[in-house]
Amino acid sequence: MSVEVKDGMFKVFSKPSTMVEKSHHMCPGCGEPIATRLIAQAIEELDIQTRAICTAGIGCYTGMPSTLDIDVVQALHGRAPSVATGVKRTLPESVVFCLQGDGDMVSEGLQEVVHAAARGENFTIVLLNNAGFGETGGHLTATSVPGQRTKSSMMGRNKEMHGMPIRMAELIAPLEGVAYAARGAVHTPAAIGKTKRYLKKAFQSQLDNKGFSFVEILTMCPSGWFIEPEEGPQWLQDKMVPYYPLEEFKT
Amino acid sequence: MAKKHLMEGAHAVAEAAIQAGCRFYAGYPITPSTEILEYMTNRMPQVGGVAMCAESEIEGINMVWGAAATGTRAMIASSSTAISLMQESIAEMAMGQIPAVVVNMSRGQSDYFQATRGGGHGDYRTIVISPSSAQEGADLVGLAFYLADKYRGPVLFMGDFLLGHTTEAVEFKKFDESDLPPKNWVVDGKKVNRPRRIVTFLGDSGKTYDYGDHMERSVGKFDRIQRTEQRYEAGYLEDADLVMVAFGFPSRFVKYAIKQLREEEGLKIGYIRPITLWPYPTDIVRETSERVKAIGVYEMNNGQMVEDVRLAVEGRCPVYSIGGISQDSSGFGVGSALSVEHISNGIRRLYREAVVGEEALVR
Repeated sequence: MSVEVKDGMFKVFSKPSTMVEKSHHMCPGCGEPIATRLIAQAIEELDIQTRAICTAGIGCYTGMPSTLDIDVVQALHGRAPSVATGVKRTLPESVVFCLQGDGDMVSEGLQEVVHAAARGENFTIVLLNNAGFGETGGHLTATSVPGQRTKSSMMGRNKEMHGMPIRMAELIAPLEGVAYAARGAVHTPAAIGKTKRYLKKAFQSQLDNKGFSFVEILTMCPSGWFIEPEEGPQWLQDKMVPYYPLEEFKT
Repeated sequence: MAKKHLMEGAHAVAEAAIQAGCRFYAGYPITPSTEILEYMTNRMPQVGGVAMCAESEIEGINMVWGAAATGTRAMIASSSTAISLMQESIAEMAMGQIPAVVVNMSRGQSDYFQATRGGGHGDYRTIVISPSSAQEGADLVGLAFYLADKYRGPVLFMGDFLLGHTTEAVEFKKFDESDLPPKNWVVDGKKVNRPRRIVTFLGDSGKTYDYGDHMERSVGKFDRIQRTEQRYEAGYLEDADLVMVAFGFPSRFVKYAIKQLREEEGLKIGYIRPITLWPYPTDIVRETSERVKAIGVYEMNNGQMVEDVRLAVEGRCPVYSIGGISQDSSGFGVGSALSVEHISNGIRRLYREAVVGEEALVR
């Protein structure tokens, strides 16, 4: 959306009104602030700021909802889908979304998200998948990719020892209660644009009372991947995208 | 006079919760609390509330967390082992100042430590309310919701299998809670012309991670509760040489045995029945210990509440534990331990040793 300002100049971007002016503590090159800003934009463009409630999980991104000018309920590690169930069931007119990481959702709280999806809970879950526990300093999660070296898998993830990572969007999509499931990423401008559209579709599906909506977003974690910040997008493209295809799985 | 209903204790507690304004329930079947789940899943839709069949106790308590964060009165009921599963959430709900009622229809009385020592991690307390009958259960559910809202935190409601499964006459009374402050901290889906609200255990709203300030406030609150919310029932304390302390449904057996021993044998025995297990009714136990020859404790466990009695007595008189566990086919550890004859014999032996001064009969 561009607005002509003057003399043929177009304003194509500004800070979403749904964000507060507040610094965050994320590392250089982290993808989570981009994902958070996309959520802020989706909320702004759908005009749901007054009704939006975030239930946040525990991870690096835990502080990110405090950059959003919306109500927030902080949940325990892995438990956001259950907390969101209590919120949405008692406030059906609100627009509820969970913000969870892969350690939070896929490692600690897998059964919570699967049950919420199977019940067809009419809320949205955003999974920030950076293939590792970032907050603890780079450790293996259930989505760390094959061969990935972490502080708890120094020789690399291998199938015999650690099994293979879980593809969440593909796991969730076939469940009957799920109305929308997609996987985006924030490593290229094109992917960022597409991911915002996925988020808006997911929220719209909730607004239309269609049931559970799920958006997985691959995010860079150069600190947890032990690379330079500027190498993050390429690492994501080379190591994650082959295993985690970027597409819509259910619409 | 209000209408009386013949009800199982579990159903009485559930109906009292509905009448206290509980509009969200999450449960998972486990003996002996399953009847509350059955009642709630049928009753809640009639009053426009929500009752969830949670897929696990952990999911259930976190659903309650979310519902409570919207200002809805919310409850979960379970038993013993499943309460253990919920402890991380209960602990952080205490830190996050999220009001809810957690009912433990416990197996025996062996969850005393779990209930009164927190059970989870961190520097927190939960108010623990222990009724001894279906009627008192119904009465105290309203108090539990009131205290949860007043002090903003989870309140444990500690029943037992006897309370849950005994059918008694119950009438439902209105609980006065007109002095409760408005819930101006909840997320209500109406963020219009007001600052955002953040309901979090990590720190105060809008000041995420301000943990020190938060702890200070929480600790101050717990001190105040400890001073002002001690509740108990007592009898025959004026002339008593021996006072028995017992809680929950089994305390009724103790009271009955004491009445018999006084009337038939003239033994000067009184009783104290803690209604709040935390805060423990320390003041009355301390005062009593200054004028009696001994205090006895009957509880259906291996000796847990006796520690709180000793902390209150501080050596002023001897404290004896005459409760215990025994085996029965139900696996609830009750068996012969819970009979008036067994309890009478125990109290009489204790009286003869501690008051009359006969040779040691009590182990």
